[in-house]
Amino acid sequence: MFDSAILVPSVLNGITTGALYALVALGLTLIYGVLHIINFAHGALLMVALYMVYFLWKLAGLDPYWSLLIVPPAMFVIGYALQRLVITRASHGRDENILLVTLGLAILIENVALYLFSSDTQVVDTPYGFDVVEMFGAFVPYPKVVAFFGALATAAALWAFIRLTDLGRAIRAVAREKKGARLVGIEVGHVYAMSFGIGVGVLGIAACLLMPSYYVTPQVGHGFVLIAFTIVVLGGMGSFTGALIGGLVIGVVEAVGGLWLGESLGQIGIFAIFILILLFRPQGIMGHQA
Amino acid sequence: MATRMNRRGFLGTTAATAGVLAAPGILRAQAETVKVGLVHPVTGALAYSGNQCREGALMAIEDINAAGGIKSLGGAMLEGLVADSQSKPEVGAAETAKAIEGGAAGIVAGYASSITLATSQEAAKTNTPHIVDVGVSDKIVGRDLPNVFRLGPGYGKIAAFAVDNLVAINEGAGSPAKSVMIIHEESAFGTGTAGLLAEKLPEKGFEVLDVIKHANPTRDFTNIALQVKAAQPDIIIPAQYYNEYVLFARTLRQQRIEMQGIYSVLGGAASSFKFVEEFPEAAAYIMDCNHWYNPLSEEALRRRAAAEEKGLYYTYEVYLAYNAVALLADAMEQAGSADKEAVIEALAASTWDGHAMPYGPTKFVDGQNEGGQPVNTQVLDGKIEVILPPDFASAEAVFPMPKG
Repeated sequence: MFDSAILVPSVLNGITTGALYALVALGLTLIYGVLHIINFAHGALLMVALYMVYFLWKLAGLDPYWSLLIVPPAMFVIGYALQRLVITRASHGRDENILLVTLGLAILIENVALYLFSSDTQVVDTPYGFDVVEMFGAFVPYPKVVAFFGALATAAALWAFIRLTDLGRAIRAVAREKKGARLVGIEVGHVYAMSFGIGVGVLGIAACLLMPSYYVTPQVGHGFVLIAFTIVVLGGMGSFTGALIGGLVIGVVEAVGGLWLGESLGQIGIFAIFILILLFRPQGIMGHQA
Repeated sequence: MATRMNRRGFLGTTAATAGVLAAPGILRAQAETVKVGLVHPVTGALAYSGNQCREGALMAIEDINAAGGIKSLGGAMLEGLVADSQSKPEVGAAETAKAIEGGAAGIVAGYASSITLATSQEAAKTNTPHIVDVGVSDKIVGRDLPNVFRLGPGYGKIAAFAVDNLVAINEGAGSPAKSVMIIHEESAFGTGTAGLLAEKLPEKGFEVLDVIKHANPTRDFTNIALQVKAAQPDIIIPAQYYNEYVLFARTLRQQRIEMQGIYSVLGGAASSFKFVEEFPEAAAYIMDCNHWYNPLSEEALRRRAAAEEKGLYYTYEVYLAYNAVALLADAMEQAGSADKEAVIEALAASTWDGHAMPYGPTKFVDGQNEGGQPVNTQVLDGKIEVILPPDFASAEAVFPMPKG
């Protein structure tokens, strides 16, 4: 089974698939890792973004990559509004309420999507959908190569944003000491909503890069949300580099595990690594000791 | 403020009041409605197929009611009690119980084999007639439950049919194919079908190079495609649900995998109008052994046109669920009663032939319609053609598939 003719393409595939996972996890690491909001609606919001990409293609003929100009900003607005108008108000500042509110939102969003769009599987047909890039004798689908570099760029941009901008500093301040941040004049509600908005906006980027090689149904988020939470914990809460590395590790483990243990059992590797990390490095690969 | 009523207003109000007062009389004059529980996975992983089933079942109810209802019951109208099994067997069982408590005289359920096993078991507790719309596991009708009937074939028959026809197609081309690889989803349908194929194909001289199982959903098929590429089978046999089939077929094409043919068993592109429409190149020459309507039947073509008018693809879920309801209605018609015992008796003796399927009149043995059989289809020039059995064929098989 470990013939290099299979292993090399499989690892390459794992890296590119992992980059897609990382893209989904990047937004979550900001929301969950930094703000400690357990956002169960993350998968449902990914589905919303995928439908946006699909309908922009279907109705306006817009290529998924051009949708990068529209979908991430639109998702940012949705995220900002959700946090400001729904999550904050309905949760009354209690963590367990936030959990239930986001779970409720996920159910609501999925069922509205089911009502509006039916459960049909929708795909976009792009001229490059079947194109491949040849690397080390392996065929890597072109959309996955783009997604890989997209994930790198997004992680770098998020890192720069959180490190180098005033808002980034404010987010870090709120994450570390909410009361202190408020005392020095940071508007905590706004920072929360901006972080949530950016996290959801990143899902918009993920959707644009995912759609050329995947499909959308109202249930599509389920397949990604558990993986995304795993990556965030694996990489270290709130670390963008960690989310990227975590995504790549999960992608490769899933790919090689699939070869070694069979496709059904392959995912065991992901959770075995997850448990080992929790046992021996609970702060995650790139996280800092509390 | 006082208002004055003129003559026209008075007459109008009086007429409306008289109409309302007369309505209960009209309602009393109508025959009773007969409730049918329609339990399908309309949310969850199987939502697409579940919704297709529900639409098909509702179309049948609409047609039966439009044609005067159950005539032997004084024109009783059918009423569908729709329920969602959420793609989970335990929810399917609970919804079946709820439908029966709500007065359902019969149950049509449950699309997936695993769910159907649960819904039929639940219906058996109250001896409620249960028509299986799709579920292909042979365990569904092999449990001595007198209330369970299946019009379509089970996977035992489908696998035997698939193997015989694969041999016939291969021999017809001078026997170029010697090896196969089976890729299947992990639930009862995929595992059962793959097991039967892996057992029967070597008896017919095919070498089964590997049998690969995958989860639902599987997010990426590259690994499986790479294993296929390394093993170089002459024929690939997938047994998967639609979403996974789409990704798998796309990945095979991306990985430039060459083979003599793709021969699906239950659930391939060659039985999906949607797939053929969206990916005509990836779907070209794919063969499938699956449920299919009789392409020579006027009634089948009328139903297909009606489904397409509603914006539905006329998939196997639609016509199998349609027929499940129509079979139940026919049994009530024959029994002249909606009484459970009487309907079960009528079903067991049924010789119904209004299904527009390539089955012939129904004949149930232990709940299984003996005439139920699949057909072989192939995507040729962007159309789904029936290639076997010869009596229903609309084109000849093209095998091996042309290269490039």
